[in-house]
Amino acid sequence: MARHHVSTTVNGEPVDFLCETQQTLLDVLRDELRLTGSKEGCSSGDCGACSVTIDGRLVCSCLVLGVEAEGHEIETIEGMAEGEALHPLQQKFLEEAALQCGFCTPGFLVAGKALLDRNLNPTETEVRYWLAGNLCRCTGYDKIVRAVMDTAAEMRGA
Amino acid sequence: MTAIQFETPTSVDDAVAALAKANGNGRVLAGGTDLLVQMRAGMVRPGLVVDVKGISEMVSIEKTGDGFVVGASVSGAELGEHDELKAAWPGVVEAMELVGSTQIQGRASLGGNLCNGSPAADSVPAMIAAGGVCLIAGPNGRREAPVEDIVTGPGKTSLANGEIVVAFRFPNRPAHSGDAYLRFIPRTEMDIAVVGAGVSLTLDDGGTCTDARVSLGAVAPTPLLVADGAKALIGSKIDDGALEKLAAAASAACNPIDDKRGTIEYRTQVAGVLARRAAQIAADRARSN
Repeated sequence: MARHHVSTTVNGEPVDFLCETQQTLLDVLRDELRLTGSKEGCSSGDCGACSVTIDGRLVCSCLVLGVEAEGHEIETIEGMAEGEALHPLQQKFLEEAALQCGFCTPGFLVAGKALLDRNLNPTETEVRYWLAGNLCRCTGYDKIVRAVMDTAAEMRGA
Repeated sequence: MTAIQFETPTSVDDAVAALAKANGNGRVLAGGTDLLVQMRAGMVRPGLVVDVKGISEMVSIEKTGDGFVVGASVSGAELGEHDELKAAWPGVVEAMELVGSTQIQGRASLGGNLCNGSPAADSVPAMIAAGGVCLIAGPNGRREAPVEDIVTGPGKTSLANGEIVVAFRFPNRPAHSGDAYLRFIPRTEMDIAVVGAGVSLTLDDGGTCTDARVSLGAVAPTPLLVADGAKALIGSKIDDGALEKLAAAASAACNPIDDKRGTIEYRTQVAGVLARRAAQIAADRARSN
């Protein structure tokens, strides 16, 4: 069978690609579209390094088939900054050193932004539960949680 | 290796027809949080994947005269955002919301959680306690079956070849009804149940229990409907004596495995404790409506 022709939107841009059924959205993003910001950690939905949003809903792109992207709007880490201007959460991660090796960082940023898009006044508990599906094996969770809390405060003008 | 076919039907009939052509080698794709992991691990090698999320009755929540009809592929996140369903069946919604992370919640569904056939699936005891009924479609037409009739063993279901769970129906409930689900895991998030307990009950105006259903997960090869647990509650005011009998009935129903998550003795003990606590929460909810 010929590969599937998929028309979708990635970071606001119309995109077409070809893929086989078993290729995940993560495979397609990284290998076909060369958007390598989304990372492959576990490939089983446990680590969150491949987090993207589909129609605004946070998902693991390793647990989505590439063909399922047809007609949907995908947002990846590459779409988070506007040109050279970092998203406030990216800026805060830098200022507060909320990363060590950086492998989990794109997933944390995409997941953290998805939370802030819904709730600019989360409690620390809400932040920790929301990010429970993102693993950082350098164990930098406290700084990450603090950066999300501080970004929320900044964005609501507190 | 031949290529895996992929179809996106927009009706249940088309989905059933597509699966029938695959001669048992087709798999339904809802949220994919189990299927994609199994495909990647080589545990399943389907010839056809049928994405059912284009079928409106499988992805919508309807309030009907009989109660709620919840599409089998509605995501956990969408269940949690449905205030009316959450008010009517808080136990069912909170059970589904315990499954996985925020990312998993964006995709995982009640239908997938049931049809994956895990004895430890969180939403299943809650649905069994709630008296949930599966609306099933297959090559021989439509049928209905209570949720407790579906899982027959780890990874195994009573669904015939080519059958799909389309939706779940949860009945209307009398005043003073409530349900609850509790899960025990060694951490607070992102783990698989050591024990799960779902309780749904109805009280009369005087606070006496007139109806109850009790279900346990992760303590036997399938989720259990514990009839003796319900008997312990019905006719009581959910007092300590009744809760004690419920706990004993829940522990007696257990037939668990020993594994890294818990020993047989531990699971058996915890099942009683969780059933008792879930019944207390369900009763508190019932008294407040």
